[in-house]
Amino acid sequence: MPFNIIFKQYGENAILIEWPKVISKEILNDICDFSERIKQKNIKQIIDINFVYSSMLVLYDNLNIEFKQLKEELLKIYETVSIETKTSKILWKIPVCYDEIFGMDLHFISFEMQLDEEEIIALHSNAIYTVYGIGFLPGFLYLGGLNDKLNFPRRVQPRLVVPKGSIGIGGSQTGIYPQNSPGGWQIIGKTPIYIFNINRKKPIEISTGDCIQFYPVSFNEFEIIEEKCKMGTFNLQKHFIND
Amino acid sequence: MIKVLKPGIYSSIQDRGRFGFRQLGIPLAGTMDSFSANIANSLLNNNLTNSVMEITMQGPTLEFFVSTKIAISGANISPKINNVSILNNKVYTINKGDVLSFGILITGFRCYLAVLGGFLEENILNSKSYYAGITSRMKLNKNDRIAISIQNFKSFDSKGILTNQTPFFETDILEVFPGPEYDMFSKQQQNKLLSTKFNVSSKNNRMGYRLRETVLKHSISMITSPVIPGTIQLTPEGKLIILMKDSQTTGGYPRVLQLSEKSIAILAQKTTNDSVKFKLNSYK
Repeated sequence: MPFNIIFKQYGENAILIEWPKVISKEILNDICDFSERIKQKNIKQIIDINFVYSSMLVLYDNLNIEFKQLKEELLKIYETVSIETKTSKILWKIPVCYDEIFGMDLHFISFEMQLDEEEIIALHSNAIYTVYGIGFLPGFLYLGGLNDKLNFPRRVQPRLVVPKGSIGIGGSQTGIYPQNSPGGWQIIGKTPIYIFNINRKKPIEISTGDCIQFYPVSFNEFEIIEEKCKMGTFNLQKHFIND
Repeated sequence: MIKVLKPGIYSSIQDRGRFGFRQLGIPLAGTMDSFSANIANSLLNNNLTNSVMEITMQGPTLEFFVSTKIAISGANISPKINNVSILNNKVYTINKGDVLSFGILITGFRCYLAVLGGFLEENILNSKSYYAGITSRMKLNKNDRIAISIQNFKSFDSKGILTNQTPFFETDILEVFPGPEYDMFSKQQQNKLLSTKFNVSSKNNRMGYRLRETVLKHSISMITSPVIPGTIQLTPEGKLIILMKDSQTTGGYPRVLQLSEKSIAILAQKTTNDSVKFKLNSYK
């Protein structure tokens, strides 16, 4: 079911394609599917594609193709009815230690929201999150699906360094810091896995459109997994789910 | 091989950038002023995809352990070989043991050092461009050693010379195109954007340039969407951020204008307190 999409010329060598401006899984699936079909066509003038939520940006070699011509080609690909083959999605299970050693703000938000820490952990780890895009930092996942009860404002004073792997809540979003970086989210835990690792053949295994779920691990388990990650012997659990 | 005796303020190896990985959140990176980088490579008859050294404001001191040819273009940072002044936009022979150094900044802000055949840094995801977290180095440090290509240049014939000696970046006019959210602003607001003279704030680097003036406060909120180098974002408090080559791949502020590649190069030669104005170009 194609959407009404808009092609916008964006500078000298980019096309921005906009879907209806809402966050929805149907739109995300349509964009992922479209991106796949563009890749299969192997248009050599396309030098990069990235998409997040409800828009996609195509960078092209403007010495060898013009905006109008590329737009026509892309529109043709979009309008070709795709044979729906994908019925299942990948669900990645990500271990998180919610211990206060890592979850520096867990106690604070538990107090402020009048929710037990156990309840926060349950709400955070029961949800299945959809990856709406990767951006901001290499390997930073934009996740949708945070339980409304966990909507909590960012810290007034951002931290200068949030450790790599930290799990945070910022407003209606939750996410994983893929590297040490400054940050204003409330930190509730940490994953020992490397979401993004440039030394791997594929620096990030998770793709836009996939789903993820967090599962609580103890401090001991965290250390064991961390050690396995260092040795490269830890494999992320991967399931197929029907969406 | 080159040994870094003094690193300068911010020197890095850059090529045209890392294309094809933005979907993983990996920035393009690459030379801030691609025009000057192309001039330096062209003078040596290098491939334009060869990597160059991007030197910012204060130059490094480099000792060469092999003979080669070099060319420098972009900012004039008073380059010298063995303490003898040399010119930008001209090919020079470097003999084993020679020391390249720099002096005071005269024009521009970034210069590009090309060597025959380019620098032989690690290729990570199809690019040598330094970027923290992707390449092992993000800038040159004292005592770093960087391999360069060893080439037989006995037959190298450099008749190439840049005849126009006034640098293209000596202007404060930046050519812009309408950005995706440009039409969300009224004619009056657009005029304000295009008639204001802006000053570069002290927050300017490879990631972006923040401009000092407050122009249009707004409360437009939008869903995070892709951005590219040259994108001009308007923050809710009414200030402009011009994204540069190390820019993140996605952003959530309205993208009001978009610089041309040449204007990105011009802006790359500006620094704190320099002024800029926008000149709107329309799409064909």
